Amino acid sequence: MRLIIREDYEEVSENIANYIKERIRQFEPSSERPFVIGLPTGSSPISVYKKLVELYKQEKISFKHVVTFNMDEYVGLPRDHSESYHTFMWNNLFMHVDINPSNVHILDGNAPDLDEECKKFEADIARVGGIELFLGGIGPDGHIAFNEPGSSLTSRTRVKTLAYETIIANARFFEGDITKVPKLALTVGVATVMDAREVVILITGAHKAIALAKCIEEGVNHMWTVSAIQMHPKGLIVCDEDATLELHTVKYFKSIEHVHHSLIGSENLSLQGGVKQLKSVNNRPTTPME
Amino acid sequence: MEPKGKITKIVNGRILLDHKIVEDSYIWIQDGKIIDAFHSFFDNHQEPDTIIDAQGCIISPGYIDLQINGAFGYDFSEVDGPIEKLTQNIEFVAKGLLQFGCTSFCPTVVTSAPQVYSKVLPLLRHRPGNAQTGAEILGAHCEGPFISTAKKGAHDQTMIQSADDGIESLDRAYGPELLKGDTVRIMTVAPEITGILQVIPQLVQRNITVSLGHSAAKIDQAEAGVSAGATFMTHLFNAMNPFHQRDPGLVGILGASDLPAPKQPERHPLPSSTSPDGNRPDPRPFYGIICDGVHVHPNSVRIAYYSHPRGCVLVTDALAGAYLQPGIYQLGGRDVEVRGASGAYVKGTDTLAGSTVSIDHCVRNFKNFTRCTVVEALEAATLHPAQTLGIQDTKGTLNAGADADILFLNDDLEIQKVFVRGVQIELQ
Repeated sequence: MRLIIREDYEEVSENIANYIKERIRQFEPSSERPFVIGLPTGSSPISVYKKLVELYKQEKISFKHVVTFNMDEYVGLPRDHSESYHTFMWNNLFMHVDINPSNVHILDGNAPDLDEECKKFEADIARVGGIELFLGGIGPDGHIAFNEPGSSLTSRTRVKTLAYETIIANARFFEGDITKVPKLALTVGVATVMDAREVVILITGAHKAIALAKCIEEGVNHMWTVSAIQMHPKGLIVCDEDATLELHTVKYFKSIEHVHHSLIGSENLSLQGGVKQLKSVNNRPTTPME
Repeated sequence: MEPKGKITKIVNGRILLDHKIVEDSYIWIQDGKIIDAFHSFFDNHQEPDTIIDAQGCIISPGYIDLQINGAFGYDFSEVDGPIEKLTQNIEFVAKGLLQFGCTSFCPTVVTSAPQVYSKVLPLLRHRPGNAQTGAEILGAHCEGPFISTAKKGAHDQTMIQSADDGIESLDRAYGPELLKGDTVRIMTVAPEITGILQVIPQLVQRNITVSLGHSAAKIDQAEAGVSAGATFMTHLFNAMNPFHQRDPGLVGILGASDLPAPKQPERHPLPSSTSPDGNRPDPRPFYGIICDGVHVHPNSVRIAYYSHPRGCVLVTDALAGAYLQPGIYQLGGRDVEVRGASGAYVKGTDTLAGSTVSIDHCVRNFKNFTRCTVVEALEAATLHPAQTLGIQDTKGTLNAGADADILFLNDDLEIQKVFVRGVQIELQ
């Protein structure tokens, strides 16, 4: 697992947006072999989407051959409700870029048979050959998507009852009226996310510090479902300084990045962290973190 | 879902939406209408077929002119000649107006004999706009004959009359078109004329916007006109008593503070900082004002505007000589000298015969006179006239559901592109 630490929310978002841009560019997607990406909603990824839109307007990225699968959607909310995740994705990404509507997959919270809808979603993912990169955030309780503490780490797309805390937290988007907040949601499972060939998690803010520490410095545990990333061959977490406040291993991860850039050279690193060749190691820095 | 037409997306513009200029939004057009692309994206899986780059232009709804007597040498009240010729003339004007960003208008007929109305009103029925045939005709503005002789301006005194027999007097004067819902959209009347106050509610019933003008009304009579249901005022300051401190007359309506709650709230201006109740439509009516810098002094425009900003409607009151090359023309049986945009004058004198200003020029002048914002200047020529006629669902805005009558403007509010029902027209 790689952990990249940046100064603040903006830098983290910049890093992730550029990473996604480069991944798509190096993948060279086509209509037969599209780039399949999993996407989150919520306040965390808003700046990432903003930067992706900027990159699109600068013609540095195209969504023409990108297929998207969103993580979740409320049950029973009209699709065009201002708080639906369809509305969120439209306003933050889809309306700005050149994505093909047929390549967009968001769970339908108004499907007549919710279980069928979930099975169909999993089948759609399989049909396009699986997800190349799944981008996600983390809740203060370490959950990914709506896989709240206690969710099985082998779970797949299914209907979930929202935790009481989540409903309270969401009430601010429904005029403060708890009765208006959806109680059920459709969500991808932990295993659905971990099945992706790469998982990228965005974690910013001091209120996520404990969750980050639990997920990467302690055991794989269904109480902190993002911890499943420890079992993934290609996990990447990008966080800001505040989110590292509970980590013991900050120095360790920072030193790795330092070694990469000063001793190996970023030009010798592949995008996903592999080393292409070693530079000469004679020019050692005199202090560890020069 | 039935197959729908091609979708055009306008990007890279600064769009007038929801009383603001918005930068990170777009406009989607389909089948001549502005659409909410959310539905075509998720429901129909439709992508835009064409993308138009507005290159940073300000994007505004097309301008709406509620008072224009003619242009390019043609007069809507002049009915000599065969119907085909008159129809051609009207279409010539409708086409020419597009060049100034005017995508909808109310052809105005001045005080005339019944024969004139019965001949010309059927030609001025509502007709949709089209890039080939010209700006949308919203219906006629009948200015007179139920006006004040003292404030007739250039109208024919012999045709001026009062409504002694109530609504029957009007039906006799205008003919059967007055009963058709899509012919007469605005009527200018003087509230002090016999029978008019009683007739106003019946006109409102027929979906006619009643406008007070060409009147010598005192402030009480003026307010009575508004209470009876008038929701517009015809070219504020012109053809009415000048403002007097003890009897402000029609102009004084802008200072009215205890008008009754509007009977038609959706035909009244949105509340502003000068409205009695910030949460309810303003009880004062809309008011047309000519911003050629000649009919009304810029300072007067500014005073009117800041006393009642959301009621302001820009009108040209252009006459037949408008938009012709400067020179002498025979118009309405008189020799008139057209002096470019600064008006037309009775030949050899400095007596104003009419306005020659274009609506886009009015918008620029208005912004300079009042130092208002771009949003306010544009809304005075788009949203406010649409609200006056109660057509703001389809005109005067860039909201989903509106007709795709769209202008691209530069920072000086000069016209760069004009679209009528989603089709771009060629600018000369």
